[in-house]
Amino acid sequence: MEEKQNFQTSLDFNQNIFKPSTREEIVEIVKNCYKKSIPLEISGLQSKNKIGRNFQAEKTLDLSNYKGIIDYKPEELYIKVKAGTPISEIEEALKKNNQQLAFEPNDFGYLFSGESNSGSIGGVVACNFAGSRRFKVGSVRDHLLGFQGVNGKGETIKSGGTVVKNVTGYDLCKILSGSFGTLTVLTEISIKVLPRPETNKTLIIKNPHVKKALDYLGQSLSSSTDPSGGVFYPDYFGKNFILNDLTHDGGLTGIRIEGPMNSVDQRIDRLSKELALIGNEFSVLDSVQTEIFWNKTKNLEVFKNSKSNLIRIVVPISETLEVIKKLKKDDLNYFIDWGGSLIWMAFDHLNSKILSEIKEITKNHQGYYTLIKIEDDFKASADIFTIDPIKYKISEKIKKSFDPKRIFNPGKMYTGI
Amino acid sequence: MSSLQMPKVDDSILSKKDKIVSDIGRIINPKNVLSHPDELRPFETDGLTAYRQMPLVVVMPETVEEVSNILKYCNDNKVKVVPRGAGTGLSGGSLPLEDCVLMAMGKFNKILEIDYLNRCVVTQPCVTNLAITHAVQDKGFYYAPDPSSQIACSIGGNVAENSGGVHSLKYGATTNNLLGIEVVLMDGTITKFGGKAMDSEGYDFLGLMTGSEGLLGVITEVTVKILKSPEIVKAALIGFPTIEDAGNCVAEIIAEGCIPAGMEIMDKALTKATNDYSKAGYPTDAEAMMIVEFDGTEHEVEAYIKKAKQIAEKNNSSSLKVSKSNEERLKFWAGRKAAFPACGVLAPDYMCMDGSIPRGKLAEVLKEITRLSKKYDLPVANAFHAGDGNLHPLIMFDANDKNSLKKCEDFGADILKYCVKVGGALTGEHGVGIEKRELMCEAFNDKDIQQQLTIKVALDPNSLLNPGKVYPILRKCAEEGRVHVHGGKTKFPDIPRF
Repeated sequence: MEEKQNFQTSLDFNQNIFKPSTREEIVEIVKNCYKKSIPLEISGLQSKNKIGRNFQAEKTLDLSNYKGIIDYKPEELYIKVKAGTPISEIEEALKKNNQQLAFEPNDFGYLFSGESNSGSIGGVVACNFAGSRRFKVGSVRDHLLGFQGVNGKGETIKSGGTVVKNVTGYDLCKILSGSFGTLTVLTEISIKVLPRPETNKTLIIKNPHVKKALDYLGQSLSSSTDPSGGVFYPDYFGKNFILNDLTHDGGLTGIRIEGPMNSVDQRIDRLSKELALIGNEFSVLDSVQTEIFWNKTKNLEVFKNSKSNLIRIVVPISETLEVIKKLKKDDLNYFIDWGGSLIWMAFDHLNSKILSEIKEITKNHQGYYTLIKIEDDFKASADIFTIDPIKYKISEKIKKSFDPKRIFNPGKMYTGI
Repeated sequence: MSSLQMPKVDDSILSKKDKIVSDIGRIINPKNVLSHPDELRPFETDGLTAYRQMPLVVVMPETVEEVSNILKYCNDNKVKVVPRGAGTGLSGGSLPLEDCVLMAMGKFNKILEIDYLNRCVVTQPCVTNLAITHAVQDKGFYYAPDPSSQIACSIGGNVAENSGGVHSLKYGATTNNLLGIEVVLMDGTITKFGGKAMDSEGYDFLGLMTGSEGLLGVITEVTVKILKSPEIVKAALIGFPTIEDAGNCVAEIIAEGCIPAGMEIMDKALTKATNDYSKAGYPTDAEAMMIVEFDGTEHEVEAYIKKAKQIAEKNNSSSLKVSKSNEERLKFWAGRKAAFPACGVLAPDYMCMDGSIPRGKLAEVLKEITRLSKKYDLPVANAFHAGDGNLHPLIMFDANDKNSLKKCEDFGADILKYCVKVGGALTGEHGVGIEKRELMCEAFNDKDIQQQLTIKVALDPNSLLNPGKVYPILRKCAEEGRVHVHGGKTKFPDIPRF
């Protein structure tokens, strides 16, 4: 629908924080800021606002009041919501229909504020951080069916729709996923939803060694038992898990199997045989404990009270061991998710020398890093994201095509973008 | 050439043909530059054979550096470039322009690396979709997206069109199965987006390039993820007395939490035509026939088949057969995959549409198609990827009768407009190309289209890469051609379609 060009709202442009509750207000705010070249910080539920570079914005566009489910069609496997809708509200609605957001969005609340805050759907799309099921079902971007948003000129734009198969025009859903609010203010989001599996179980293998763990994970992911999660917690973190059926403390590899009841049992049994595990080497978590275990993983709860810096490193599984070996110093704690491809690593001390080392190592091993949590003193000068000069140049052009005056989150990802 | 409007021909380029040929002949091996009309003829059309145009020159680069140097040359000299993979596309995405350099990627035909540890294959773009599966199947792996032309279509073309297939409900389309690409931009810049690691830092250019129909860059390398083949695959063949019953059955199967690997519906006309053609053993008395396929471990598949059976019976199924062997399962599919040639027997010509609709609107849309069929007095047969709402009506007509062709085009446009009206999309998997270009304003308003064009301009300021495709030229919702098949003869009559 075209926005009305001359509508009246009661917006006071002298305020520094706008909390619009209609799209018309959002359009008016953006148009005004575009006209006057006023930089805007786009914010949702403050769960991931600390991720990204420091930047100066005169005004804040707070979307927490722009919320609500617009349309939910379980049989069509989609939900359409306003961008400020809390993930918790969406998950609750889906649960009633035995459905879920299969990409398991991380809850960064524990990390930043010590308590749950899974944020808003707009923020989850803007950051594109997917949980443990990533290697099986894809990332957030793979579940975004369509959106409506307001570009940097205040124009309402849309792409995609609510159907899964749609190749009409450029796939702008992808370019907006993970753009950290630097291209467009998302207003409406249509997300693919999927059935919750009938049940799930987790095979927990007792082992403190990362090399062995990566072997287990690699083998599992290449087997026809079709796992939906694969993690490794070293000794330090492994002992934090206290669950009834967990028969040991210390380092552990966890592999999740989901599906119909008898199929899950069959696959767990087969997987333990394929991995040549003997009786006292493993335990199996039932569905209730499985939920707890993977929620803790999704929520990064092992870092809950940590004061350390946290870096998210993604590499091909073949490189994980080398990267850990090169980065691992005595004061480091880490765990591995995504079946071996994602390393969450905590650093007590971080400086530009260490960071450029990390950059070099991840790059040489065909991966990348994102600084998730970082001490304030260092944040101002640190590279939060990695990028090469060619991609920077292309990114600059794309930024300009959506937001020609650089008013949305300027500098949040890279200087000049 | 039909009356299809294409970008204005630059006469100064036409007059410089000899110079362009000799200039490019210095960039690449001159043997790989084709300029004689006899050499150009094979490239005059793609899978959308209703439209033909000889290019100015065809170039066949062998390395990424050659691709880069040609594009840079063309950019500097304002020469239009049309990239082409296997040329099997159904929306005219690689239809040449009179004043263009057609970049045929056929020499990029090698698989570069098979990496089982990272479960991916790195390949050149003109390797066929099926060749990837063939390369890894001895180790029990496969590449999931399976457009029906997979025996001939190239993986680079799949990326450009974001191709789907029968199994995209469960496994996604090309975009969901890609890890990385190497691309050359119009100014000659060579870059890689993504790689073997999942997702990538910064803006998702991999996602933007996928499905951009050759307008943003030329793909020179592709990294796809491969999956472990399921232990067992079973299909059920189900007949229904009404389309509504079949539609309800689809909705309930999904609502029950079963995600089939594939779920197809054909109407009575197509069931009969395909059964006559391929003797697949279909229930020809049923108003609608469904093939539903599940894959996974034995227990899992048994559980889902049982559930699907119960749901089908509840929805008045008139017949139900579960495959007892892989051979029987493939026989179920044989008829479905022969939908194109089967229709070729029924009428001199047919056009295949490619709309996407919400699954629940199937009965409503088919009713509308039946109404339109009467209105236009043209028979139609319908195939439907019911799992993901992708509808392929086949409109039968006689191209020798101009009135019949016009009626067919109007009929097709009305169907696509109706798909958009009920909340669907103009194209589910064939792409916009030249075929649905002028219908874009049914799905998008000016601002939406303008935003997309701004991206195009950002990466290709002179609009030299594959111009005239995807975005409207006429700026009105004119009805243009569809997949047009004359006398049952497509460009590749033996390739299964959709």
